[in-house]
Amino acid sequence: MVNPNVQGKKYPETAPYLVGREKIREFAHAVFSTNPINHDLFAAQAAGYPDVVAPPTFAVLIQERSLNAVLSDPEADIDFSRVVHGDQRFVHVRPIVAWDELTSILEVDSVKSLGAHSMITFKTEIFDRNKILVCTAISTLVVRGGE
Amino acid sequence: MTHIDILALEVGQEIGSESFTFTRDSLVRYAGASGDFNPIHYRDDFAKSVGLDGVLAHGMLTMGAAVQVAVNWVGDAGKVIDYGVRFTKPVFVAPNEGSLVTVLGKIGAIDLEAKTVRIDLTAVSNELAVLGKAQAVVKL
Repeated sequence: MVNPNVQGKKYPETAPYLVGREKIREFAHAVFSTNPINHDLFAAQAAGYPDVVAPPTFAVLIQERSLNAVLSDPEADIDFSRVVHGDQRFVHVRPIVAWDELTSILEVDSVKSLGAHSMITFKTEIFDRNKILVCTAISTLVVRGGE
Repeated sequence: MTHIDILALEVGQEIGSESFTFTRDSLVRYAGASGDFNPIHYRDDFAKSVGLDGVLAHGMLTMGAAVQVAVNWVGDAGKVIDYGVRFTKPVFVAPNEGSLVTVLGKIGAIDLEAKTVRIDLTAVSNELAVLGKAQAVVKL
């Protein structure tokens, strides 16, 4: 069982992640994107962006960095081998673009138990180098209970 | 700017559909791109050892591919301002033939004032809905 006392706990800001243009292209290719704005600098600039634009789910890379802090936190007591991704949402203030430098702060939004299982919901706020909010990622993990 | 006239849209209207073939190669490629190297996504022996029927796709791969239907409709990946899904069923990916995931997008809601459209996505693999409540809000 996940420790319910971690509800409301905030984890420290992650180290800056520099978004590379080739990383965006690699990720876009992996999610079957053919949208030129994800791949082509000139297409992205013609659409008004400073550089290539990340696909809508790219923020998962930043969320993951915050999530790792929780999964390795002995207080939270999450058995990763029993974790299933329940749901995921990304709310963007603006899209992530190449050369963004992003940090994140994660807060445990809720811990609920559902029979033998626990459901833990995280809210990860992602900021640019000027500390302006770019995206909020909301994720629920289901931790399956023991037999 | 987009080519879409919001006033001409109707709730329930289909905006497009696409089929994606997830192979083991797709899973390895997504693992590398995302940094999610959980072996349940590429090792049958490991997947079986944790009680799964076999290797399954990253839920985030299904989520990331499904939204392309909305992206291709609006023509600009940066216009998807809010996107959420529930992971309802795993997509098992056989070693040779892979698995087909078919995604259909429909208009779920139109907000004329905010100039946003909610696209409701369904994603089906092996006749099962693999995403639930998959909704992408697109800014026109």
